[in-house]
Amino acid sequence: MGYKAKFRVWRGEGGDGKLEDFTVEVNEGEVVLDVIHRLQATQAPDLAVRWNCKAGKCGSCSMEINGKPRLGCMTRMSTFEESDTITVTPMRTFPVIKDLVCDVSFNYQKAREIPSFTPPSDVRPGEYRMQQIDVERSQEFRKCIECFMCNNVCHVIRDHEENKTNFAGPRFLMRIAELDMHPYDVADRKDAAQEEHGLGYCNITKCCTEVCPEHIKITDNALIPMKERVVDRKYDPLVWLGNKIFRR
Amino acid sequence: MERHEYDVVVIGAGGAGLRAAIEARQQGKRTAIVCKSLFGKAHTVMAEGGAAAAMGNVNPDDNWMVHFRDTMRGGKFLNNWRMAELHAKEAPDRVWELEAWGALFDRTRDGKISQRNFGGHEYPRLAHVGDRTGLELIRTLQQRVVALQQEDYALHGDYEAYIKVFAECTVTRLLKDGDAISGAFGYWRETGKFILFDTPAVVLATGGIGKSYVVTSNSWEYTGDGHALALLAGANLINMEFIQFHPTGMVWPPSVRGILVTESVRGDGGVLRNSLGERFMFNYVPDVFKDKYATSEEEGDRWYTDQANNRRPPELLPRDEVARAINSEVKAGRGSPQGGVFLDVSSRLPAAEIIKRLPSMHHQFKELADVDITKEPMQVGPTCHYIMGGVEVDADTGAASVPGLFAAGEVSGGMHGSNRLGGNSLSDLLVFGRRAGAGAAAYVDGLAKRPVVTGVEEAMAEAVAPLERASGENPYDVHHELQRTMNELVGIIRKSAEIEEALDVVEKLKERAKNTASTGGKIYNPGWHLAIDLRNMLLVSECVAKAALLREESRGGHTRDDYPVMSAGWRRKLLVCSTPPDGAEVTVVEREQPSMRDDLLTLFDRGELAKYLTEEEMAEYDAALAGPLAAQKRES
Amino acid sequence: MTQTTAESPARKQRAQLKVRTLRTDRWWLAPALTFAGLMAFLIYGFWATFDASYFVDPYIAPFSSPCLATSCPEGARFLGLAPFGDWYGLPPGLLILGLPAGFRVTCYYYRKSYYRSFWLSPPACAVAEPHKKYTGETRLPLIIQNVHRYFFYGAIVIGAILTYDAILALIHKPGGLGTWILLVNAGLIVAYTLSCHSCRHITAGRLNHFSKHPLRYRAWTFISKLNAKHQQLAWASMFSVMIADFYVRLVAKGVITFPYA
Repeated sequence: MGYKAKFRVWRGEGGDGKLEDFTVEVNEGEVVLDVIHRLQATQAPDLAVRWNCKAGKCGSCSMEINGKPRLGCMTRMSTFEESDTITVTPMRTFPVIKDLVCDVSFNYQKAREIPSFTPPSDVRPGEYRMQQIDVERSQEFRKCIECFMCNNVCHVIRDHEENKTNFAGPRFLMRIAELDMHPYDVADRKDAAQEEHGLGYCNITKCCTEVCPEHIKITDNALIPMKERVVDRKYDPLVWLGNKIFRR
Repeated sequence: MERHEYDVVVIGAGGAGLRAAIEARQQGKRTAIVCKSLFGKAHTVMAEGGAAAAMGNVNPDDNWMVHFRDTMRGGKFLNNWRMAELHAKEAPDRVWELEAWGALFDRTRDGKISQRNFGGHEYPRLAHVGDRTGLELIRTLQQRVVALQQEDYALHGDYEAYIKVFAECTVTRLLKDGDAISGAFGYWRETGKFILFDTPAVVLATGGIGKSYVVTSNSWEYTGDGHALALLAGANLINMEFIQFHPTGMVWPPSVRGILVTESVRGDGGVLRNSLGERFMFNYVPDVFKDKYATSEEEGDRWYTDQANNRRPPELLPRDEVARAINSEVKAGRGSPQGGVFLDVSSRLPAAEIIKRLPSMHHQFKELADVDITKEPMQVGPTCHYIMGGVEVDADTGAASVPGLFAAGEVSGGMHGSNRLGGNSLSDLLVFGRRAGAGAAAYVDGLAKRPVVTGVEEAMAEAVAPLERASGENPYDVHHELQRTMNELVGIIRKSAEIEEALDVVEKLKERAKNTASTGGKIYNPGWHLAIDLRNMLLVSECVAKAALLREESRGGHTRDDYPVMSAGWRRKLLVCSTPPDGAEVTVVEREQPSMRDDLLTLFDRGELAKYLTEEEMAEYDAALAGPLAAQKRES
Repeated sequence: MTQTTAESPARKQRAQLKVRTLRTDRWWLAPALTFAGLMAFLIYGFWATFDASYFVDPYIAPFSSPCLATSCPEGARFLGLAPFGDWYGLPPGLLILGLPAGFRVTCYYYRKSYYRSFWLSPPACAVAEPHKKYTGETRLPLIIQNVHRYFFYGAIVIGAILTYDAILALIHKPGGLGTWILLVNAGLIVAYTLSCHSCRHITAGRLNHFSKHPLRYRAWTFISKLNAKHQQLAWASMFSVMIADFYVRLVAKGVITFPYA
């Protein structure tokens, strides 16, 4: 069943490099990551690729396959023609360490800038009571495996490096939404979402949702609802007036 | 060389490592977390079922004593009873604590954490989030670390003042000052540059050893690093012969061989068939379970709807029994085309119901194997899943025999005895992760002076060796041969001749591993990394094989074809592995297991204990029952 | 504590790939089709606004309803009202067009579609956009998109009026093909309007405790289901309103004359 496939793989350190051509054996049922591993074992032992679980659960092997952000372990070779040349490149938005491995520290930095879950001070562990329907929205966002492909594909930073300081990316705007919808979170996150984390940069073109391997509806369920919550706070005079009146 | 000073260095950023680091930091210690992968990618994410904790949310009859008994039974009474006790008592607090850190478990109707049934647990006990509980756990702990960093930032203006993550950094040697730990040496995977941690306390939380086997549900990180580091630092490993093979891993396509097929498939009606179409599990019910399992397909089928009046189908026997049965069928030539057996749920449930109950399995087979489980059977076979054995530690503090060395999680041994119950690993991580972190903090507090780092040059020479050899073995070849050997010869069913053969191969591979050469530079060079990891995998494999050869009985995760029954005499014995600092050879010695404390012993019925304990031990039990403790109980 | 820091890492930058995208599929097809579809709608809308044959009893063309000027024929006036007197000389459709147009322009789905197909920002996922700078919806004019919910309130009114028009047609000419076209169109318009993200937010999306508001939660659940089809409803209602409008005008112009028209 095996055949020889044509691969073009980005090789190089620190961003400099080029696409190298390989011809490599492919067996039935294999995924792109298997082929990369075969390249390592037989032709290029120092070919760098990040991976862990190989089952689509850890989000390590994010790469771009024929220009599309994909998990290497979830991209079956049978989705290509035997005559296709398959181009494998590192994620574009992040600096490259070597070959297919990127420096994704941007994401960890952003994670740190978002205030953590803030429960009320008078609820002790074991006393939390939440209904299933109240946690389901945030649970969807917690399916995230942090492959960072949403942040990679988002044109706000993919095409505009300078926006990185002001924009947390879909992953972390979704994290804000997750916390804002948490039944026990008491922190106020709406102003910061817009002013500090750049929710306003999002023009809801939905590429984050398109590439999400966990099929999380990032745009419809996290970003847009969060935008609406920000509107409540900042741009809707009626809500503002209502809050003024009812608080008095 | 880069050099860092810390109070506690935690190696491994899975559940146990993160929980240990959080504890050490909360006790005011400067803490480093060193992990081979990115932060948040550890193997813990693969755990599906849940975390076992006797909270009694679903069934109020549940309590720590029931959980303790279940754990001991599951481990065939070989468990370190003190660990099992602490685990059962503390698991609920550890789970509740996660919730206060932002975890969102599935809920009961009255808003508490929901708990699900699982093999070996008497009551619904597993706190869960769908089938991604491990991910929830790791993310919560990761976010807790970030929360602590934010606290530090507010106080000191530096996120990393008290807790720092060294991601993609591998530790290759623990350093000592005399007997005691004084540091850790490693390299950055990213740059290949060396890094030195000057620390009086190291917590190992590196997980398991699955990558010594071909068919495994474990990720690449599971190369037994912590086991090997502990051995080389002079600590002991126990119970290394006990490896859990999960009965249902995927067998096809080859690229996903070993990936787990959850137990719930069988719990929801899936049946195992061989190539003749027989439900062969009916032929494999062992005598001790004869009265608890159905004898006909009709009765087994009725159980799914009426559990009160029917016995459960034999597909739901404990993991070790099912794994062995599948193994036998395949060996007898009745396997599926790709070398497993058929697990069929398509003929048992309507398609919509399958998709509703088993969404991730449906997705997994569809995406990875192009198999629609609502239309055709899956092919499954046993897969190396978990090692019960590990570093011998003090139950209360996680301390190993080497001063300053601590271990928690899969890398530690004793808690699970000879077989781990599903759901007990996640709670194990939390309970003993916290205890090891606290143990390390207390140890540092008690030190008069910081130990001095020694042995850096040797460690550096060892690490750089594969790069300096111009030509030699391909490390990938050595690895593949080790995996094949362990899988075939020290796998699920073991024979003395085969184990001896494996030991011969391991000896040869050890020589070959010393001669591996890695082309390329130091920057993110997987060939080099593998060459370094080989030392660990070989050491651990030697431990597994040697211990397996010595234990002449079958118990839990250790099945000897030539000694097929469990022996009460062997129950009292632990097999302890150790090596000299150069790791030249593993020695295994027998050690007696301490007797259970009276109040714990008397939690069991006499009839049950008699199946496992020696007559001598039963006399102790009778004495305990008649003793002052029991008298107290009667009075109150 | 003495800490030596890591040597500054080697220069790191993105992969120096000089191509706009490495995608090999026909990624340009979707934005091209969207562009064509939206352009067709714009051109039609422009023509329809200035086309005077918008009424033929009992049908009123959706683009011109409600008709609020004295220039509207008697039967076309909404509830018989004509608040805009003779001084108003422009086509009456212009008076109300702002509401549905504004609703669609600020709609979260349409924003995606025209940002992609007109502004190419980005034209498709993982295809570089041609602009040097990007500030998204953080400043004027695009920050105005945040008023979407007010257009939603307006769109609800328009949806109700179109439904009213269709029901009037049903009463007066139950057998007319135009009646049924108007009914289907009103249904799609209302469904599209209700499936709006702002509507979803208003029902219960803004709450953190669904369990304390069971009725609003049920409404949210229903709207969420519709919302998942927002894109499809946007296109379906866009074509249905064009078809309905065009049909009425053809009847009004006498182009379509069969008995059950």
